[in-house]
Amino acid sequence: MATATKKEHKSARPERGGQATLVEAIRQGIWEEMERDPTVFVIGEDVGLYGGAFKVTDGLIDQFGKERVIDTPISEAAIVGAACGAGLMGMRAVAEFQFIDFISAGFDLLTNYAAKCRYRWGANIPAVFRGPCGSGVRSGPFHSLNAESFFLNTAGLKIVEPATAYDAKGLIKAAIRDPDPVLYFEHKKLYRLPRLREELPADDYIVEIGKARIAREGRDLSIITFGAMVLTALDAAEELEKEGLDVEVIDLRTLAPLDKASILASVKKTNRAIVLHEASRTGGIGGEIAATIAEEAFEWLDAPVLRVASIDTPVPYSPPLEDYYLPQTKDVLEAARKLAAY
Amino acid sequence: MDQPNKPAANESKQRSVGDKNPRRRHRPRPAPFQMRVSTKFAPRRSADGKPLGCTTETSLKPEQMLDLFRYLKLTRLVEERLVNLYRQTKVVGGVFRSLGQEATAVGSAYALAPQDFVTPLIRDLGAVLVKGIRPREIFAQYMAKAWGPSGGRDLNIHFGDIGKGFIGPISHLGDMIPVMTGVLLAARMQKKRTVAIAYIGDGGMSTGAFHEGLNFAAVQRLPLIVIAEYNHYAYSTPTNLQTSVRDLAEKAASYNIPAHIVDGNDVIACYEVTKRAADFARRSGGAVLIEAKTYRRKGHAEHDDQRYVPTGEIEWWEKNNDPVDRFERHLLEQKIASKDRLDEITAAVLREIEEDCAWAESSPMPDPEQAAYGVFDNTIVPPALRPEFLKN
Repeated sequence: MATATKKEHKSARPERGGQATLVEAIRQGIWEEMERDPTVFVIGEDVGLYGGAFKVTDGLIDQFGKERVIDTPISEAAIVGAACGAGLMGMRAVAEFQFIDFISAGFDLLTNYAAKCRYRWGANIPAVFRGPCGSGVRSGPFHSLNAESFFLNTAGLKIVEPATAYDAKGLIKAAIRDPDPVLYFEHKKLYRLPRLREELPADDYIVEIGKARIAREGRDLSIITFGAMVLTALDAAEELEKEGLDVEVIDLRTLAPLDKASILASVKKTNRAIVLHEASRTGGIGGEIAATIAEEAFEWLDAPVLRVASIDTPVPYSPPLEDYYLPQTKDVLEAARKLAAY
Repeated sequence: MDQPNKPAANESKQRSVGDKNPRRRHRPRPAPFQMRVSTKFAPRRSADGKPLGCTTETSLKPEQMLDLFRYLKLTRLVEERLVNLYRQTKVVGGVFRSLGQEATAVGSAYALAPQDFVTPLIRDLGAVLVKGIRPREIFAQYMAKAWGPSGGRDLNIHFGDIGKGFIGPISHLGDMIPVMTGVLLAARMQKKRTVAIAYIGDGGMSTGAFHEGLNFAAVQRLPLIVIAEYNHYAYSTPTNLQTSVRDLAEKAASYNIPAHIVDGNDVIACYEVTKRAADFARRSGGAVLIEAKTYRRKGHAEHDDQRYVPTGEIEWWEKNNDPVDRFERHLLEQKIASKDRLDEITAAVLREIEEDCAWAESSPMPDPEQAAYGVFDNTIVPPALRPEFLKN
């Protein structure tokens, strides 16, 4: 049937609540915010007709039209700049980076324009900059980045990264409603992970930015982490329980501004801490957290704070290389045993 | 070739962005490539060595022309006062002059409607003043005072006033072009018929952000007027080391948008060209590039000794092609105003500057602890005060 035309593809409106993976939760959140608030719009590469590389924005263009779901050229400066300019006019952009690796091409406008506008002249930019981050999916040096530490040293950008479907929806809604720019990182390995599928409430809820969550309570050791590493930490905690070690896992959820109170409360309870993250060790957020603990909870510590993080290389492609690069459950176990024996 | 405002033949069939079914595959063929550069108001040599005046082809009323004269004088005299304050060490940072190129900013910004936006460069103080920013705000900014629009947090014209249609630049050249695409996308979503000018120079056009912004504006058919000021130098670098084109207007061809070349030292020509561009942009929603030929008579900032400029070049422009002189000559020769009337205007400008400068000088410096406030909404995130152990 050479003349057959391709059937027009349309994606249905997502349910409000119900069983959802992380990617469905984000899509629900954006969709509901666009319904609730006509100033919310989506902008990015392939976000409209195609629905986004990971289908986060699938179907939005049919519901909201191409004035509010804007496909851009391959141009991160245009995406970030447009989100900023629209923000000055009272619109709320949800801007997508196709992969967080490409945020480097929008770095100038993010760090110099979006981050500094309120401070310089009181003009807030209510925009969300979101995209898939993270390694462990064999994507090589340019599709695996964890970018948070590039931005931690820039005042004016909030950074969030959910580890559950519930938080993904609550945080995207909170980010859209926030009066200041928010970087919203989505670990691509978690998008469709069956383990994260959960029942979401049907009502309108948000997860407050700036608040960590206790993913698992424990008495003996704190693992402070976020994103996909929360699962690694929980797996390690299961193992360690068999060895009689009661591990607490703190899921930061917000990386800037950091929820120091939750970190310190946990460390003061357990007296031992591991900071676990996927980005490279040197200059990573782990150093910042370890320094905070050293400055403010030194007397409570029974052992040094250990950082378990990736090695200081680009993210390699081949599975054995990437597995060597990334922190594994066994690495967390080793670090925990070392601290327990201290 | 000389009708840049005429839409291309198939433009009327192009999609409008608000089409009902966004999945309908409109694939409008862009108009075939053609250079659409108007040189109607481009610089002309003076006939028989007569001193240059201004174009007589204008819809401006006499009162409007006197208004333009006032803004030209205001720009020049505010800057002269800034230089004095700088020499008295009252200006904390550098002073950036637009001496010799004031007509471009003043004439173009004057062609906009009140709801329209400008984003100037550092050498477009004239556009900021035309948009209704008062000299006192400029003085307070330069002197890093608490009463300045940024409360001492940023310098010179790095601030904005959304209500007045003024969005200040940042130091990174080119960045404001993408930002203005966002302003115009927002205006389109808000059903406003807003037009915007983004100023750029021969140096700023070398940035990636300039290209990314103008490309996006052209694709989205946003009513963005980019005014490219060919002022011969970017800091010390001459234009032939910035770009291989002769006229910056040629770059419009790569976006398939119309362009004008205008005599940037003829304030009336700048007004007329921008007016046409604004009408075109508002009518059919498309970007326009205007190249203004002008000359930067001062260095990058006050400290710059301009040793890279060939001998006699600055003096030639000062003597033969000063925008304020040219306009004053035009007003007198065309009998639009008497010398006395112009002197009255200048005197009123000086009084305003005196008063505003005194106001700015009377402002206190900011309270140091204010440095910690305003990174985020402080009702949500507390201010970034110094840590407890450093407090005493």
